Amino acid sequence: MVVRVKWAALKQSRWYEYALRFVLGGLATALAGGVARFFGPEAGGLFLAFPAILCASATLIEKHERERKQKLGLSGYRRGTDAAALDAAGAGLGSIGLAAFGLGVWLLTPTLAFGSLALGSVAWLLVSVSLWRLRSKLRFVK
Amino acid sequence: MEYLVRFLAGGIVVSAFAVLGDVLRPKSFAGLFGAAPSVALATLGLALWKEGGDYVSIEGRSMILGALALAAYSLLVCQLLMRARWSALAATTTAILPWLAIALGSRQLFLG
Repeated sequence: MVVRVKWAALKQSRWYEYALRFVLGGLATALAGGVARFFGPEAGGLFLAFPAILCASATLIEKHERERKQKLGLSGYRRGTDAAALDAAGAGLGSIGLAAFGLGVWLLTPTLAFGSLALGSVAWLLVSVSLWRLRSKLRFVK
Repeated sequence: MEYLVRFLAGGIVVSAFAVLGDVLRPKSFAGLFGAAPSVALATLGLALWKEGGDYVSIEGRSMILGALALAAYSLLVCQLLMRARWSALAATTTAILPWLAIALGSRQLFLG
């Protein structure tokens, strides 16, 4: 499966949807900081993987797909939930990459400081994309 | 003031990853960006500057457990959408409780 960029997708989102994700992202970051301050870094670390963003993205994807089908006179409910499920499946693979990011930060931060965040991000990307490619290949073989 | 900086930094990083997720296709690939380290980059960057490397390292360790709970969360959301045909809002909000239970339970189990 080929990865491509579809710029036209940006036109599908309305300004308040970007604002919603900005606010949710900001709140999730403030929440993680607050939990770390009151309950310690061990509890705060858990909330760095809080699913607030996934919640917003899956709901918006479902809405966009449903609206596209409704323009053609169809209900679009099933298509919407299918698209949101695909997004969640991708996020499941990305979560394993996120664990690799955490592992990198845990082991490298005491020596590399900010470099560990960069290397952790590379680890997230490599693990996530590798798992996605592996899944695509396995599905093709089936 | 500190929370305002966190809010703004988190909003900007999360929005950047969200735009990437919007334009990339296929959808299963774009979904990877739903679990991007956006909140983590904003939070850990600020914590590293303010608290130092050892503090951030502890956060990174427990983040591994949070991320594994997120993988279980995503799987559950996928099943609720595909099999039970719940709406995305109902599935993603309901599954937060199991995420919380798995994250806190595994922390208790592995980190004491």
